[in-house]
Amino acid sequence: MILPLIIFALCALLAVGGAVALILAREPIHSALALILVMVSLAVVYLLLGAPFVAAVQIIVYAGAVMVLFVFVIMLLNTGAEEHTSFSKIAKFVGVPLGLVLMLWIGHWMFHAQAGSAIGTAEGMVQSSTTELSKMLFQQYLFPFEATSILILIALLGALVMARKEE
Amino acid sequence: MGFITQHPVLVASVVKIAVLLFIVMTALAYVTWAERKIIAHIQSRWGPYFVGAHGLLQPLADGLKFLFKEDITPPVTDRLVYTLAPFLALSLALTAIALIPFGPPNVLIPIVSQQAWSVTDLNIGLLLVFAITSMGVYGVALAGWSSNSKYPLMGGLRSSAQMISYEVSLTMSVVGVVLVAGTLSFNEIIQRQSGAFWHWNIFGIQRGSVPQIIGFLCYFIAAIAETNRVPFDLPEAETELVAGFHTEYSAFKFAMFFMAEYANMITVSCLATILFFGGWLSPFPDSWKWQIFLPGAGLVLLGIYCAYDTLTEMRGIARLQLAVVTVLALGGGLLCLIPAVASVIQGPFWFTTKIALILFFYIWMRGTLPRFRYDQLMSFGWKLLLPVSLANLVVTAFVMMWPWLRHG
Repeated sequence: MILPLIIFALCALLAVGGAVALILAREPIHSALALILVMVSLAVVYLLLGAPFVAAVQIIVYAGAVMVLFVFVIMLLNTGAEEHTSFSKIAKFVGVPLGLVLMLWIGHWMFHAQAGSAIGTAEGMVQSSTTELSKMLFQQYLFPFEATSILILIALLGALVMARKEE
Repeated sequence: MGFITQHPVLVASVVKIAVLLFIVMTALAYVTWAERKIIAHIQSRWGPYFVGAHGLLQPLADGLKFLFKEDITPPVTDRLVYTLAPFLALSLALTAIALIPFGPPNVLIPIVSQQAWSVTDLNIGLLLVFAITSMGVYGVALAGWSSNSKYPLMGGLRSSAQMISYEVSLTMSVVGVVLVAGTLSFNEIIQRQSGAFWHWNIFGIQRGSVPQIIGFLCYFIAAIAETNRVPFDLPEAETELVAGFHTEYSAFKFAMFFMAEYANMITVSCLATILFFGGWLSPFPDSWKWQIFLPGAGLVLLGIYCAYDTLTEMRGIARLQLAVVTVLALGGGLLCLIPAVASVIQGPFWFTTKIALILFFYIWMRGTLPRFRYDQLMSFGWKLLLPVSLANLVVTAFVMMWPWLRHG
């Protein structure tokens, strides 16, 4: 099938392009838009991998809620264009070479991996993924799940306490 | 020809999408007409009357006007985002409709054996619709920001705050239905409500079901807020913010926001119909065989009324125009009285009837209620709507678990 490959290539390009644009954009809103593009492209990749539930949650949580808050805050503060700082020395002499090494390493690993062996999911798994996922979350991994939710609740309360005005 | 015979599924999908797009666009146009007519009658006016009989060609005239007006872009705007915003708003609003099943899945298109009444049938349809509609806020928020002007910015800010707040209640109010149905697939949710109208989730009088009337009320209030309609239309409150987020937009870009708003209304009504009112199911028990003639009979009655109106009220060109409508209604009605056609048309008929009723309710509220104040809106959403929808969820869960709790 050539169609999934085309869609994957398109989404991968959009995701990488969005990530680059996110760093290079001067307006904070443009950066936020680029981040939304990355999230949505990743959601489409999840769909291709046979995980529609994860794709939908990715869009609802990241693109639909987190980024809306980001955009809201940027609009509320009405921040102007950012100033670009010059390339720091550490980034130039350590970061760039290490990044290149990482890219080459991943490229090498991908090139030698068995193509398609990890992607090919069974049709049955796609059909019941939501139910399976909920069973795993609420039976097998119940404790970590609840612990995470309590952690998030603590963070929420902490934010409220910090934002509260002193009387 | 080779391509079409090789990829029948792809071609059928594209054709279905094109047909759906055409129908939705026409429906959008006539929802605006219906809104103007109904609001006018609520306020003892006539509404559009002169372009076509009963103003029936007014949407067409409006569309042409929007197409040919000058498209002004203020020089201080962020041009990229300013242009992107209306496209984002409209395309997201229209995409969500592609996931809606308009009729039973057992009606198939011959040759390709695909479902005739839905573009796709996903088993997480509900989740995806929420995913797409949750992105809809960007159109409004970015339009407000990129206009680089104070009223639109206020409108955009209000819109994002409002949509974040009410989306929580919207999602929570629907979880009750998901608990009762045990699935996220639209067709399965609908099929679980089959029987008669008291089996619908809103009444829920059947084994293993819980009435979701509170869930529906929460859903509908939150949905009105999500679609920025009266009494929650603060993002475009004309008495305070000129026109809110779309103040600086003109010509077709303005029309796109307008269409997106009505498309969102239709999506929300479709969801309400599916989740609470049994989707494409008939309200009557299956044993009442005569009900398959209802669509045809309704159309014939409409035709008879149009014929009466044509002969007594209309003059000149309007009489000719209404005569065309009469012939179409009578012909369509007689066609729908053929049993083979009637059984196929059942699902979409009930679905559109229910959507039309909900849309009428929407418009009726606009003609009746005044606008909320901003702080009232926020405290209503967070302090009343969210707790009530959470309570509905908890109660539903307890009732669903009751047999298990009692017997272990």
